[in-house]
Amino acid sequence: MSTINIRKVSRFGTLHVAEARIRNMAKWAGIIFFAAVINPTLYLVSIGIGVGSLIDANKGVDGVSYLTFLAPALLASAAIQGSSDEVIFPTMAGFKWERTFFGMRSTPITARQISLGLFIAAMVRTSVSVVIYWIALYYFGALESSTAWLAMPAALFAGAAMAAVMLALAGKIEKEDFFFTIVGRFIMIPMFLFSGTFYPLSQMPIFLQFFGWLSPLWHATEIGRYLTYDYPVSGPALFMHFFVLSAMIFIGLTASFRIFAARLEK
Amino acid sequence: MTKSLIHARGLTKTYGDFVAVDGIDFDVAKGESFGFLGPNGAGKSTTMRIIGATSVRTSGTLTILGKDPEVNGPQIRAHLGVVPQQDNLDVELTVSENIFIYGRYFGLSSSFINKKIPELLEFAQLEEKKDTKVQALSGGMKRRLTIARSLVSEPDILMLDEPTTGLDPQARHILWDRLFRLKEQGVTLLITTHYMDEAEQLCDRLIVMDKGKIMAENSPAQLIKDYSTKEVLEVRFGSDKNHEMVEILRPLAERIEVLPDRILLYAEDGEHLLEQIAAKGIHPNTSLVRRSSLEDVFLRLTGRSLVE
Repeated sequence: MSTINIRKVSRFGTLHVAEARIRNMAKWAGIIFFAAVINPTLYLVSIGIGVGSLIDANKGVDGVSYLTFLAPALLASAAIQGSSDEVIFPTMAGFKWERTFFGMRSTPITARQISLGLFIAAMVRTSVSVVIYWIALYYFGALESSTAWLAMPAALFAGAAMAAVMLALAGKIEKEDFFFTIVGRFIMIPMFLFSGTFYPLSQMPIFLQFFGWLSPLWHATEIGRYLTYDYPVSGPALFMHFFVLSAMIFIGLTASFRIFAARLEK
Repeated sequence: MTKSLIHARGLTKTYGDFVAVDGIDFDVAKGESFGFLGPNGAGKSTTMRIIGATSVRTSGTLTILGKDPEVNGPQIRAHLGVVPQQDNLDVELTVSENIFIYGRYFGLSSSFINKKIPELLEFAQLEEKKDTKVQALSGGMKRRLTIARSLVSEPDILMLDEPTTGLDPQARHILWDRLFRLKEQGVTLLITTHYMDEAEQLCDRLIVMDKGKIMAENSPAQLIKDYSTKEVLEVRFGSDKNHEMVEILRPLAERIEVLPDRILLYAEDGEHLLEQIAAKGIHPNTSLVRRSSLEDVFLRLTGRSLVE
């Protein structure tokens, strides 16, 4: 006799979904690892050192080196990119390309567990990327302060916020025609450029700062800078950053639960 | 409560104005091999999804293993093996990994699943492919893996939605053989198909569905007995002449059906009927005597053929 254990499924089902995803990622471990190393190296060499030497000759930003200023933003940006990819593609595959979600759904696993499991797996992969990125930053001398490691949780916070929202969005997409173009060109790149990544957001005219306020990257960068050097952030501002990112996680996940359930229960 | 594993009364599913399943009644007993026969769009797959506790019925009563799928979805799904119309294997993972992760979804221990895997691979004749990525498998192999995967939890009911659609004849026969073994082991099978030979081979009892309704219900042999004659004589006169021959032939046969390319004449003795026709000086271009099949039952019930 098999030992089907419903209670075990309701408790650990989410982790089993995540496990399946992680086994999938493991097949691509080489590429994931390579991207995690090459990505920061390219940025740090070109912008960090190239642009940095120019700015540092001008006394840096906020009284710290340009690399120190840039580090939390680059780290958060890498987290956002990694976590988005890791929810968008598996969601498209699960609903459409390979229909694996429908296979899971024929077992005691619920729609909610599928969506949460995907999210967790994405965060596991993002954590790996963030740690590798952080090590690269360290070797480039971008991490001077003793609290520099706190840039990692701040970056993961941004990654989680973006992944939750993207999970809900990707769950809604039935025809992917323009989806990837829109996400890439009209969400990811503008976010990277207008979130105070390369210069303080306050340098922008106020109507352009608006984009930053909507961006998880900006909120996480502000938190990251606050944690890693003497970057001045007021108490209410800090609260707002935490609040926005937390709200994105909560709303994104809640919406994804509903969207996944609706699509798997036709 | 009834003793049947599946008990449905007035089962209905609508999508807006469209009625996919229109108030159907049926019962499936333990160990039975039960089929849904009908053309595409008859409501078979929808019925399967409702029984599989992944689609919510609009109205009617339904119990599976004594439970209501609307209330106890996960508990019911824990005892079902589901083979969907389209394979939904994880193509990046190996054959063994696919079975393993699927077993985990039922809360089975790794030691139990690992013991089970060789047995399932043998059943699916995939031992040599155990470490191959699913991507590299043929259609028939994927299908067999999907079935093997669905058996990892030793389900009480195995549900197969169009199990051999899209397979070549050899792959179909291998699959039928595997399913027949399961039937011999006493597994309750629920099969949808639009292939009458499949229904005849595998089903103890079946319902013929069309447009969401049940047209007839019985064993394949009994359905043929009830709705058709023992034999069928198929004659062709060429597409333009078929119609004018119908009226001449009609008095000779018990029943007559005109298809675009041929005329079907229903009789207890096909050869004898052919002799009668020849005696009248009528000589069709081609003629064929065969036994009645479920295709004829369906034609009789709906006026249409199954595969259109």
